[in-house]
Amino acid sequence: MRHTISVLVKNEFGVLSRVSGLFSARGFNIESLTVAPTLDPKLSRMTIVTDGNDQIIEQILKQLRKLIDIIKVADLTGKQFVERELTLIKVTAEEKTRAEVLRVVDIFRSKVVDVTPKTFTIEVTGTEDKIQAMINLLKPMGIREIVRSGKAAIPRGE
Amino acid sequence: MKRLSGAQIFVDCLQQEGVKTIFGFPGGAVLNLYDALYDSNTQHILVRHEQGAVHAADGYARASGNVGVCLVTSGPGATNTVTGLATAYMDSVPVIVFSGQVPTMLIGNDAFQEADMLGITRSCTKHNYLVKDVKDLARIIREAFHIARTGRPGPVLVDIPKDVTSAVIPYTPCRTIELAGYRPNLEGHPGQIERALDLIVKARRPVLYAGGGVILSEASPELKRLAERFQLPVTMTLMGLGAFPGDHPLSLGMLGMHGTCAANLAISSADLVIAMGARFDDRVTGRIDAFAKEAKIIHVDIDPTSISKNVVVDIPIVGDAKRVLQQIFQALRKPKYRTAKNPQRTDWLGQIEKWKQERPMVYNMSGSLKPQYVVEKIYELTRGEALITTEVGQNQMWAVQFYRFNRPRTLFTSGGLGTMGYGLPAAIGVQIARPESLVFDIAGDGSIQMNIQELATAVQYRLPVKVAILNNGYLGMVRQWQELFYGKRYSCSDMSAQPDFVKLAEAYGAVGLRATRTEEVVPVLKEAIRTPKPVLIDFRIDREENVYPIVPAGAPLTEMILL
Repeated sequence: MRHTISVLVKNEFGVLSRVSGLFSARGFNIESLTVAPTLDPKLSRMTIVTDGNDQIIEQILKQLRKLIDIIKVADLTGKQFVERELTLIKVTAEEKTRAEVLRVVDIFRSKVVDVTPKTFTIEVTGTEDKIQAMINLLKPMGIREIVRSGKAAIPRGE
Repeated sequence: MKRLSGAQIFVDCLQQEGVKTIFGFPGGAVLNLYDALYDSNTQHILVRHEQGAVHAADGYARASGNVGVCLVTSGPGATNTVTGLATAYMDSVPVIVFSGQVPTMLIGNDAFQEADMLGITRSCTKHNYLVKDVKDLARIIREAFHIARTGRPGPVLVDIPKDVTSAVIPYTPCRTIELAGYRPNLEGHPGQIERALDLIVKARRPVLYAGGGVILSEASPELKRLAERFQLPVTMTLMGLGAFPGDHPLSLGMLGMHGTCAANLAISSADLVIAMGARFDDRVTGRIDAFAKEAKIIHVDIDPTSISKNVVVDIPIVGDAKRVLQQIFQALRKPKYRTAKNPQRTDWLGQIEKWKQERPMVYNMSGSLKPQYVVEKIYELTRGEALITTEVGQNQMWAVQFYRFNRPRTLFTSGGLGTMGYGLPAAIGVQIARPESLVFDIAGDGSIQMNIQELATAVQYRLPVKVAILNNGYLGMVRQWQELFYGKRYSCSDMSAQPDFVKLAEAYGAVGLRATRTEEVVPVLKEAIRTPKPVLIDFRIDREENVYPIVPAGAPLTEMILL
């Protein structure tokens, strides 16, 4: 089962290396990983999406907590949380399809951030489902390139 | 406030931590550190290979209960410590390796004798550091010692660039540490402890399974009290030998792949397994789905990641073994336990006694000189008071099967990683930590050659360690597996091309002795013991002797192959 884990870590060089090293050394899977500083510049927040059965997830959480640079580990899965990712999509947009592309951009409340005679580059944020739906609609028109950011997540409520 | 260089700060920090001895090997990147050491009272043991330095610091740590400290140079000096670090990591030994590093502005430039030690040792250390600024040096050293010795102990590497050692700053010793991400949990959860006690009180066929954690926690007295209070048979892992007296009537001996029959049969028929400071390693469990199938399992361990990692347990208790045992005795004072009647255990204890009588640890005395006989005689002649280090393989197994360990911190062996070449340098570290004791390294002819250069270290520092080589001219354990499971195809396990060990010992300035017949063993051992110098004894043993019992890989513990 897929789990989204939020980790508070010391903002020091090598911490990302430790976490990814931990996952690879023990054969855990990283589906996506994002990390950036928090309000406190000495601390960063990492959002990791991984998968495995209950025993593996329990091991992952425990092994993360064992790392000295890691302050707090929270498994958000199963709780209420907000999850978003950012995706940049470069679509072919020639005469016949240009208008249709712009309609899709509008429907998904996304933005065009680059234009050339033959392409549009679209910026979209949202849940994975929303982004996948948009990609599916754009595919028939010809997607040149996609860059996804990985997920950021935060618990709902207080 | 004095102005001190990084090197002088380093020396002062070691003194603040109470370090009396360090093990090391100099080189370019650490010249400033060695210059500062020249004026200090800290004893430095110069080894002949950096791997030897780490194993010696490891043996020193295990024998004394203190942190073992090493100092090596950058590049190849540092990479030579990796096997030693991995050895200490797997056996939870508190060791710190201070490695030199190229100056900070050269890091990442493929400089002379540069190696990315942080990257290389990330997975075989509890934690590691690169000191980028001399202002952080004292704090990092203090943190390193704290991390190495607390919680589940483990090795720490501190990489120190040369310019950091020469930089000068006003210095105040570091008094406090702030490690928000590191808070080992020592107290067991009271609810879990009571649940565990409920099971212990009712169990009909309990077994206490004790590992290295009991020794690290110094919990032997409490463990003995628990075993005797509830009449619990006790089995130990390789790392736990000595945690409970081997000659106590409740002792089952070691369990696992080469454990005693009684221990393996007992744990396989138990209805309650109380695991203390042990981690259900594959050498112990045999086929996991067949391990202790009829038993509920209580697991006490200081490391949460060890709990329910291999075997899902019924009552996990995260905490320090000694502390949890004390809590168990406190809980026992509650009224509900005073009136409870303990079930009769005579049936269970009787069954175990039967297994011990029917299947004792045996070997065939006929034929040429037997390695088991050599170990038995070492035990007798030293009255079981010698400190034993071992190498790895058949020599290691015979040593732990035929020498009874009655006290903690008397056996020093590489259990988790199984590092050949560990025994001789470890014996050096052990001898330094316990100068009044007699120290024996029980070795094989393959293993002893891996760090044989440390004989020079033993001679230089007048450390009268005794090395008993159980010499069969083979890579023994490999040959045994090739005999039992590969149709005797001895592929690359013949090591009959070996040095004359007696001449080799003498070449190093040590004493060399040899025994080729059974009658020679006792006189040779007696001579070795009364010689106040390092001694190498070449015991020419039966070439094809095997270690029994053996539980083949993938088989359940009940399917032991016996002699």
